[in-house]
Amino acid sequence: MRTEARWAVYLRTAIIAIGAIVFVFPFLWMISTSLTSAGELFKLPPKLIPDPIDLSGYQRLFGNPALPLARWVANSLLVAIAVAFLQVVTSAMAAYAFTRLNFPGRNVIFVTFLATLMVPFQVMVVPLFIEMRFLGLQETYGALIIPDMASPFAVFLLRQAFLQLPRELEESAFVDGAGHIRVFLRFVLPLSKPTLATVAVFSFMGSWNNFLWPLVVVHNPSMMTLPLGLSTMSDQHVTDWNLLLAGATVSVLPIIAVFLFAQRYILQGIAMSGLKG
Amino acid sequence: MVGDRGWRKAGLVALFLLPALVPLVAFRIVPMLGSLWVSLQEWNLLRAPTFVGLDNYTGVLTDPIFHKGLLNTLYYLAGYLPLVLIFALVVALLLNSRLKGMALFRGAYFLPVVTSWVVVALLWKWILSPQGGLVNYLLGLIGIDGPGWWTDPGWAMPSIIIASVWKDLGFNMLILLAGLQAIPEHLYEAARIDGAGAWRRIRSITIPLLTPSILFVTVLTMIGSFQVFDQVYVMTEGGPAGATTVVMEQVVKHAFRYGRMGTASAMSWVLFAIILVFTVAQLRFQRRWVHYAN
Repeated sequence: MRTEARWAVYLRTAIIAIGAIVFVFPFLWMISTSLTSAGELFKLPPKLIPDPIDLSGYQRLFGNPALPLARWVANSLLVAIAVAFLQVVTSAMAAYAFTRLNFPGRNVIFVTFLATLMVPFQVMVVPLFIEMRFLGLQETYGALIIPDMASPFAVFLLRQAFLQLPRELEESAFVDGAGHIRVFLRFVLPLSKPTLATVAVFSFMGSWNNFLWPLVVVHNPSMMTLPLGLSTMSDQHVTDWNLLLAGATVSVLPIIAVFLFAQRYILQGIAMSGLKG
Repeated sequence: MVGDRGWRKAGLVALFLLPALVPLVAFRIVPMLGSLWVSLQEWNLLRAPTFVGLDNYTGVLTDPIFHKGLLNTLYYLAGYLPLVLIFALVVALLLNSRLKGMALFRGAYFLPVVTSWVVVALLWKWILSPQGGLVNYLLGLIGIDGPGWWTDPGWAMPSIIIASVWKDLGFNMLILLAGLQAIPEHLYEAARIDGAGAWRRIRSITIPLLTPSILFVTVLTMIGSFQVFDQVYVMTEGGPAGATTVVMEQVVKHAFRYGRMGTASAMSWVLFAIILVFTVAQLRFQRRWVHYAN
């Protein structure tokens, strides 16, 4: 690795640090506002550390029966965990079929999988809604989870990972009389843990942040996910900033925790998709 | 002839493939084809659909509000795409170094990417708020009387663009960074030996070898921009006075507020056709500027 001149290192670090502040500060501002009383909010100059710290935003958030925030958090968690679990299972199985089983039409089916990635969700949203109505799934967890249970992108990532696994172990297992199910469970899955984690984290975040689909298919407040709940709250409490940003803070903390915990898998997954593209 | 082994094998393939294949067909391929059919009907879901041929398409294509939505979508694209790409490229170039702490900074730039659009939109609505907003306060400190941002028809779309660039920069930066890190170090060494300066190395090695990644993020970002929805819905709902109405927001309004399923489907197909044309054009045009290492 080349060594940079010292002034160049300082300059580079300074620019990057100033930029990073632009990206982190709004989050601090959000937390600060959520802890500032409505009366203090519009006083000048604005204070980063509220004085006094005021919890009324949170109290109104959790104390108001018309804002079932705990329910929204639980709904979002349930849906995101179910979607992540189902996507990992269905995609890993399909990726195994695409890499270890020979059958007629294998490539055609795989290309069809990939082709569905090209079609934007907006083209499907109206008929998908009609389908859910037809199946009687409106206002249910089923409507939030089932259409999302398979992901072509996850199949693609896992297929790449399975292709790169060394085959020797599997082959000796087959010689010893093991079947495909055993090889899948005992060799292929354990060896692909990092990619499985990447897929799980991606699916979880995608589902946690999903807005358009819940907006379309759920209207009952007790079935809403967190982003949808927040958005309806912002319609009713238009400029009640400390309440709104208390809600935003509550909803952003879990995802930031997931991100800090799983950063490696997220960054790796994005890098993989970019390089393969 | 299919023997006992053949059936067992077919069963095995079905076991592994169907859990992904069935939902994919049922919830992606069927709705996609269904959408074409719906776009030829007049249907409010309460009464039986009536076939109206291409009326929905002619209706959409001659609707001045749809034209406005299309123009606004293009306005968003024209503002957002170059800004997010240039900033992402600059940050990726700066972060592409083995200095300590770069991983921490990378995480900071990525924070908005993992945050839900609803949160980001609310946050920026507050920061850009004409009353009590942080940005106008800071502008005031240097003697500038800040605009009304999302409450002002002339500034509403720029407000949405600012929030979008802030949210998506980290994602694009990361893909470009992965591309940068795949460039072999020995090329830079060779250039250095030949006496090439830093700027020359960026222009003659980094940028040409990065063009495949740049193409990838450009196509991805462009497709996403045409479908811009969440931030518009939460920040302005298409207002004020239709200043930020975009195609997807109209699709959702027609389908789920006015109950015009056919019109909404036709709109989404018109948008899809436009996305396809732009994507194909970009992939054709790429031969002029994208450099593939053999």
